[in-house]
Amino acid sequence: MTTPLNRLKQYKSWGRYPTVEHKAIHQIHWRSDVPDINKFEETVLPYGYGRSYGDSCLNEGGILLDTSYMQQFMAFDAEQGLVRCEAGISLEQILEVIVPHGWFLPVTPGTKFVSIGGAIANDVHGKNHHRAGTFGCHVTQFELLRSDGRYICSPTENVELYQATIGGLGLTGIITWAEFKLKRIPSPLIDQEKIRFANLDEFFAVSAEMDQKFEYLMSWSDCLSGESSMGRGIFMAGNFYDPPLGSEPIANKLKPFVPFDLPSFALNTLSVKAFNAVLYRIPLGKHVRSIVHYEPFYYPLDAINNWYRLYGKRGFLQYQLVVPIEGDNEAIREVYRRIAQSGEGSFLVVLKTFGDIASPGMMSFPMPGVTLALDFAFNGEKTLKLLDELDVIVREAKGRVYPAKDARMSPENFRAYFPQWEQFAHYIDPKFSSSFWRRVTASANGR
Amino acid sequence: MLKIMIIGATSVIAQETARFFATEGAEFFLVGIPMDRLTVIKDDLIARGAKRAEVYEADLTDFGKHPQIIESAVQTMGSLDAVLIAHGTLGNQKAAEASVEVALKEINLNLLSNISLLTLLANYFEQQRRGCIAVISSVAGDRGRGSNYVYGTAKAGTTAFMQGLRSRLAKSGVAVVTIKPGLVDTPMTADVKKNFLFAAPATVGKSIYLGMKKGKNTVYAPWFWRYIMAVIIHIPESIFKKMSL
Repeated sequence: MTTPLNRLKQYKSWGRYPTVEHKAIHQIHWRSDVPDINKFEETVLPYGYGRSYGDSCLNEGGILLDTSYMQQFMAFDAEQGLVRCEAGISLEQILEVIVPHGWFLPVTPGTKFVSIGGAIANDVHGKNHHRAGTFGCHVTQFELLRSDGRYICSPTENVELYQATIGGLGLTGIITWAEFKLKRIPSPLIDQEKIRFANLDEFFAVSAEMDQKFEYLMSWSDCLSGESSMGRGIFMAGNFYDPPLGSEPIANKLKPFVPFDLPSFALNTLSVKAFNAVLYRIPLGKHVRSIVHYEPFYYPLDAINNWYRLYGKRGFLQYQLVVPIEGDNEAIREVYRRIAQSGEGSFLVVLKTFGDIASPGMMSFPMPGVTLALDFAFNGEKTLKLLDELDVIVREAKGRVYPAKDARMSPENFRAYFPQWEQFAHYIDPKFSSSFWRRVTASANGR
Repeated sequence: MLKIMIIGATSVIAQETARFFATEGAEFFLVGIPMDRLTVIKDDLIARGAKRAEVYEADLTDFGKHPQIIESAVQTMGSLDAVLIAHGTLGNQKAAEASVEVALKEINLNLLSNISLLTLLANYFEQQRRGCIAVISSVAGDRGRGSNYVYGTAKAGTTAFMQGLRSRLAKSGVAVVTIKPGLVDTPMTADVKKNFLFAAPATVGKSIYLGMKKGKNTVYAPWFWRYIMAVIIHIPESIFKKMSL
C-alpha cells in the first residue's frame, strides 16, 4: 500500500545531506506482496534503514520502496552455516540468531543496523577485507524483482544480474530475499591488540605483516598532525578468541560495552585534535592486548544512537577513497597534507589496506590498495572544495571514491573511478533510479 | 518448553511476540489465513529457535469451526500452556456509520469471535488448572471516541469479557492477560498518518511477551499509554463530546 509520508521514519540519508522530498513511500510487508512496479508513474528505489551516507538511498520526487518491514527468516542451517532471509532483516537480528550457534557474519561493516538488501546493494566491506573480501563474495543466491519479472540470481544463474546487483546501489531491481554463507567462530569474543604506529611510513611497513597475523584489522589515524608524524595512528587488530579447553566460559561475563565516550562538545579542529591525542596514550611499539566482546570491537558507534546528530542540523559528508599501494604512496600523503592545510577536522579517520580478493560485484568499490574513510562536518563551499581537491588526487592515482558514502562527486570523476558504469547501466531496471545515479550520470559539468 | 497457540498468527504484533518466545525454543500452533503466510511465519520462527511450529488455516468468522480449531491444537501439541488471540481489523468508521452490515461485521470479527474462542478456551484451561490466555484488545476500548467507536465498542466488550474471565479463572490458577496496544506502525495502520506516539511492532511484541511471562492482568503497550488513557477516561463527558479525538 502506498502511504502518505511516514513521519515515524524520516527517509533521509545518514549524513543528513542532502535532504530531498519523495512523492510517496510504499511499504512492503510480505515478499509475496511486492507491487507491480509498472503501475507507478515515477521511478522507484528500495530503501531499508537509511544508513547510506549521501544520496544513493534517496530518490527525489520519486517513490521509495521501504523494504525494512520484510523481516522473515526463511531458513537457518546451523550445521552448514547458511542463512536465507528476507532483505529487510538487519545484521543485528541475524547476529542474535546465529551467534548462539557459533556462527558469525562472513563480513560486517562498522554498523549492524543495515539491512541484508543494503549490504548486497552496496557490497559492504569490513575489517577482514584482506581475508574475506566483500559481503557479496559470500552471497550464494538472491531473488530480484524487476519491472520485467522475477529472477533468481547466483554465481551460476542469471549471472550478469547477480554481478550487477552486488554493489548495484539498488538500481537493478528489488532484492526480496538472499542466501549467504556464515563464518564459524569459537566464541563471541575477540582477542584484541592495539598497536601504535608513528607515521604513514610505519603503517605501510608493518601493514602486510599485520594482515598475516590478524583476521580483523583496521586503524584509527590522525589527519591533523605535522609532516613527520603524518598519519600516525593505532592498529585495532583482532582474531576471534578460542577459549582453552576446559576453561570456564567467560562469554556471559563480558557484556557489550562502549569503549569510549564521544565528546559532546562541538566538533572543531581543537576537539578533533584532543580526541586524536587521547588515542596516543599507548606507548609506541607496545602491544596492548585484551579480550573483548564482538560488539565494541565491530560496532563502537552503534552504542550511540543517531550519532549523526553530533554534527547538528548542517549534517556531514563522509568520504572514503581507495588508491593502489605504489612507491612512496604519495597520493595518500597528499590527501593528509590537503586536509591538514584546510583545517577541516575529520573526527573519525579510518585507514586500512584492502586485499586482492575480487568481488563478483560489477560496481563494487573495494580494490587492492589502501583505503581512507573520513567524515567532515558540512561547512558549505569550503568542505565541497576540499573534497573536490581530494577527488583529483584520487583520480590521478587511479583510485576510487565510495558511492555509498558520497553526496557530491562530479559526473566526470565518477566515470573515471568506475569506467565500467556504462556496461552496468545495461542492467539497471528502467523503472528504478536514485538521486545519486541521476547526479553522477548527468552531462558534463554537472554540479 | 512452552506450547503456545496463536490465533491470528499473521498479525505483525503477534509475529513480533512469537519471535521472543521462539528464541526460548517454544512450540507453536499457528492459526490464521492465508496458508502461504502462515508457512512464511512458521519458517521464520523455526529459524529463530522455535522447537516446533504447526500451521492451521482457518477463517475465524466461521464460529462453527472454533471447537475444531482448539481440539486440533490440543491434539497436535499434546497440551497448551498459553494462547494469544491477535486477529482483528481496524475497519472504516465512516463506512460503519453508513451501513449496519459493515458495523455488525466489525463487531462480529473483533468481539463475537473472541467471545466464542474465549468461552471454549476458558473451559480447557480451567480444567487444566494452569496456563495463560492473552488477548490483544486496544486502548480504543477504554473510552468510546467519535473517530472509531465501532472498533472501540468491540475492544471495550473484549476488555470487559476478559475482566470477568480473569475473576473466574483466578481460582484455577490461569492467567488472563488483556493487552492494550496504543498506536503501532503495522499494515493495519498503514493509511494512518504517523506521529511520535506510534511504536514499532517489536517494542509492542516485547511488552506482550513479558506480560504473558509474568501473567500480568493488563498490559499497556508501550507502557506510557496507561497514563495517557488515565487522563483520557477522566475528561468530563460534557467536554469530551466536543473534542475531536
